[in-house]
Formats: sequence, C-alpha cells, structure tokens
Amino acid sequence: MFTLLLKKLATLIPTLLGVTLVAFALIRLIPGDPIEIMVGERRLDEDARAALMAQMGLDQPLPVQYLQYLGQLLQGDLGKSLVTREPVSAEFAVLFPATVELALAALVLALVLGLPLGIAAALKRGSWFDQLVMAVATVGNSMPVFWWGLILIMFFSVGLELTPVSGRVGIEYDIDTVSGFMLIDAALADLRGQESGAFKSAVMHLLLPATVLGTIPMAVVARMTRSAMLEVLREDYMRTARAKGLSPARVVFHHGLRNALIPVVTVLGLQVGSLLGGAVLTETIFSWPGIGKWLIDAIARRDYPVVQAGILISALVFIGVNLIVDLLYGVVNPRLRGGGH
Amino acid sequence: MNAPVNTAALAPENSAPPGPFKEFVRAFTANRGATIAFFVFVAVVLSALFAPWLAPHDPIQQFRDHMLTPPLWQAGGLAQFPLGTDELGRCMLSRLLHGGRISLMIGAAAVTLALLPGVVLGLLAAFGNAWLSAAIMRVMDVLLALPGLLLAIGVISILGPGLINTIIAIAVGALPGYARLARGAALAEMARDYVTASRVAGAGTLRLMFITVLPNCLGPLIINATLGFSSAILETAALGFLGLGVQPPLPEWGSMLSAARDYIERAPWVVTMPGLTILITVLAINLMGDGLRDALDPKLRSA
Repeated sequence: MFTLLLKKLATLIPTLLGVTLVAFALIRLIPGDPIEIMVGERRLDEDARAALMAQMGLDQPLPVQYLQYLGQLLQGDLGKSLVTREPVSAEFAVLFPATVELALAALVLALVLGLPLGIAAALKRGSWFDQLVMAVATVGNSMPVFWWGLILIMFFSVGLELTPVSGRVGIEYDIDTVSGFMLIDAALADLRGQESGAFKSAVMHLLLPATVLGTIPMAVVARMTRSAMLEVLREDYMRTARAKGLSPARVVFHHGLRNALIPVVTVLGLQVGSLLGGAVLTETIFSWPGIGKWLIDAIARRDYPVVQAGILISALVFIGVNLIVDLLYGVVNPRLRGGGH
Repeated sequence: MNAPVNTAALAPENSAPPGPFKEFVRAFTANRGATIAFFVFVAVVLSALFAPWLAPHDPIQQFRDHMLTPPLWQAGGLAQFPLGTDELGRCMLSRLLHGGRISLMIGAAAVTLALLPGVVLGLLAAFGNAWLSAAIMRVMDVLLALPGLLLAIGVISILGPGLINTIIAIAVGALPGYARLARGAALAEMARDYVTASRVAGAGTLRLMFITVLPNCLGPLIINATLGFSSAILETAALGFLGLGVQPPLPEWGSMLSAARDYIERAPWVVTMPGLTILITVLAINLMGDGLRDALDPKLRSA
C-alpha cells in the first residue's frame, strides 16, 4: 500500500509542476500590462507601480520569476488579494471547509439515494420501478445544475417557503468557528447553550445546495450500481452462494454489492471533476461562501492573484482526490494492491 | 493447426449480409429512446437553422409595453408572444430559437476545435518516439488536472468573455480527453496484424496513421464527440449563466437564465423556459450518444 502511494506520488510530480506553470502563466498571459489591468480604474503613480511590480516579482526575468513563485508556494504563500489585501491562503482556509462541507453532503446524498435505488432497480429488472429509476437517472444525468438550483428555489423557497435561499446559517445566529463545518459548529453552539435552533438552520441551509450538487452524482451512481449489480448477479459465485442456502440479503449485500462496488467507486472518482465544476455553479446560485463563489467573484473583480490561487488550488484538490480514489481501489479490490496498474 | 473451422457459423444465410450502414441503422433504431431522441435533436437543429424565419420577432427587439407578459396559456398571455416576454419585453420564443443557433454553433465549433487537434496529438503520441509521446501526454495530463468547467473559467479569465472565447475555452478543456482516447485506440489497433502487414508492405507513417489506423479508431471517437457536444452545450450555458460566456444582448440560453434570476417570484416562465430548452437538447443528445454506443460497439450491446 505504501509503495503504491509513493509510486503514484512520483508519477504526479511532472503534472504538479505543469499545473504550477499554468497558474504562473495565467497572470503573464493576460493581454496588455498586467499591473494596469489589475489596478483597473484605480490610478497609480510610477512609484506605486514599481513597488507593485517588485512585490509581484514582475521586474525579474521569467525563469527567475517562476522559481520565486515555486519557492513561495512551497512556503504556503499564495500571494495577496488585490481587493482585500489579505493573504490568499488565509481567505482560502476560511472558505475551503464550506466547499468541502457542501461537496461531502452532496456525495452522501448521492450514495444514500443512488446505491439503494440502483440495487433495487437491478433486482427488479424490467419492472416499472426499474424503468422509473432509469428515467429519473437519465434526466438527472443531463440536468443543467444552475437551472435545477433555480427551479428548487422557486418551488421550495419561494413557493413553499420551506428553505432559505442563501448562506450557510441564519444571520441571527452568531456561530464560533471551531471546525469550519457549519453543521458541527452550529451543533456545538446549540449544545453549549449559546444559541438555539442553529443546527436546524444550518441543515435547512445545506439541504437545497447539497441536493442540487448531488443530483448528477446520484444519477451516475444509480445507473452504475444497477448495471454493475446486473453484471454480478449473473456470476457463478452468486449462484453458489444461493445454493449454499445463504439468506437472499446476505447474497445480495455481502457477495453481490461488494463486487459491484468496484465500478461504482471508479465512476464516483470520475465525478469529482464535475463536482468541483458544479460547486462553482451551486455556490454562485445559493451565495454559498466557498472557493467556487470566491473564484467567480475574483474574476469579476479582476483580482488576479486570487484567480491564480483558486485555479491552482482546484487543480491540487482534484489531483489529490483522484489519488485518494486510486488508493481506494486497493481497498475495494485487493487484486490491485500489488500496484500492477 | 488442427483448430476446427466452425463451418456452421460461416455458412451463409440465403440473403446477402446487410451492409455496415444498414446494420448500424437497424441496431440504432432498435433502441426506442435513441430513435425518439434523434428526431427531437433533428427538430432542435432545424428550428435553430430556420430561426430567422420561424421566430415571430427580432430576438433583441424590446416591446416596452409588454414587459414580463406571461405565456399564451396563462391569464394575461398574448398570441403575439406564445411563450411570453422577458424583463425587457423581448419575445421569449424568438430568443430561445435564436439562442439555439448560438448554443449549437458553439457546441459544434468547440467539439471540432477539440477533436481535430486532439486526434492528431493522440496519433502522434501513439506513433511518435518515446520522448515525443511522453511530452504530449504530460501536457495533456496537466490539462486534465483541471475539471473542464474550471479550465474553461481559467481560459476565460485570461481571454475575457465573449462568443469566440467561449468556443476556445471549451475546446481547450475537451482536447486532452480526445488525445488520450485517440492514443489509446491507436495503440490497441497498432498491435493488430493488418497494421503490421501494411507496414511491411511499405506504407509510410502518415499513411499508417491516417488511412490504416484512424478509420478503425473512429467508433469511440464518434461516441465521445457526441457526448462532448452535449457537455459543450451545458458548459456554454454554465459560462453564460456565470456571466463569463456569450454577452447580452445576444440571446444565449445560459445568460437568459442568469438575467431571469431576479424574476423568479414574479415571472417563473423566464426561468423555466430556457432551462427546459437546455435540458431537452442535452437529454436528446445524450440519449442519441447512448444509442450510438450500443450501435457502434457490439461488445457493449445489451449490456
């Protein structure tokens, strides 16, 4: 397992370097003078301009600039926001847990709904239930995320007035940041008696965004679970298990599901990319203060250091999650543990 | 050596075997969903193609006396505006029809712009020496390290929003996928005897690449290009929705939705119509793609 991890990390080095090169090039590729574009309407005198150039290292030759940039990155320095003047890494540390919370909630929802639906559809192949699940999954897979969000807001927030439209918790609550996850922090605040009803408010705020972001993964999981289950149900060892007199539940879940999970984990790993892209859209619709909304706001404000860091961080998260998925295969499928693939 | 020839399997039925196209049509139409989707897609394409003649109004003309008119079937609807009007009094139907031109055009252009260089790079990586192959694939890995929409957003943040830049951004995001696919398919084909035979017969590398190998890699490429077309349409709409894509007043489906957000309570139709149009178009293309995969890839048939 450990050697597999090291091997994977080694193959990632060129990709990581490439990604930093892309992020580095981002600011330098903007047509025109980067300083002028970044400063925009704000006028700068020559001294301030030179100071900004030096601060961003733009007065050095390109290879030197790149090495300086790499050096900064290794120290965890992602630059400073032009708008808030705060270090980008500090802003990121606050916003990142919000995105993780949203993405995890979406994944949990996708698995909790997608797995049982897929299994049930496979066991009742050809029934109206199977056809219904597949129809819903097919539509869900093609869903424009941003529109789906608006429709849910229209129905649940505007129509039924059940859920709030934006943010992570009601503004009347004052929640101390402990873990960065609003569900946990709000529950702690409730338990300590600081607030009451904060946890419920946090859940209600999370419900719609997680549903929106979880829809496509849910559809994919349901489809994949169904086809993997159908595949597995035909296997000889399933017949053997049934013939041995094992209970149907044990046959389906212990013998069947475990083997059906391998392709499901694979597609789930492939979903991480669309989850990150979807998070940008979902966060924008629901004013969810995560890195997706941060990135879009930064582009609108021409806050290029934030854009640069946002893109770099997204790529690193994506690479990291894919690495974890690769390692998960080893757990789900012992045959891969030797690192043959 | 002594492998028995299965004469039963080779014995001809009395009729001639169907040609490849006929067989493809038979396999495709066996899938009812894909067949319906095909006709829906043709309808979408035709309505976009003939939008200037089908649309009752100019898509950017503002009828200031008829702002937020509901659709025909609701109280207050006007026959003049069958699907109602938006916040500036523009005809929704006309905007949706013209929006189809933009979305389909961007989708087609982005797929072409990604597919052609992607295939060439993939074939070069398959045929080139180890060094060239590694260089190409490492660059593709870097591009693949960013999810499509985020890569497109990054490209837009450099180039600025707009129609042409949307095409470029989406194409850049899709290119590495095609390169990988083309390389994989080409490597699999190159191990086969017919390629060796062709090489022994003296075919040059270019001939091997484009005439011998490429036609046999087209199946997976066509399937992926179809699915890539629908995701390009979705990404175009997503960028438009974020304000990073096609700019107003051009009637693009995603940017129509973004403008409609403020009228969710008063005028639900300005939200539902563009989204439904996107969903139907994308769904039709995806179902068609599924049908294509089943028809073109016999291994996956009945899976």
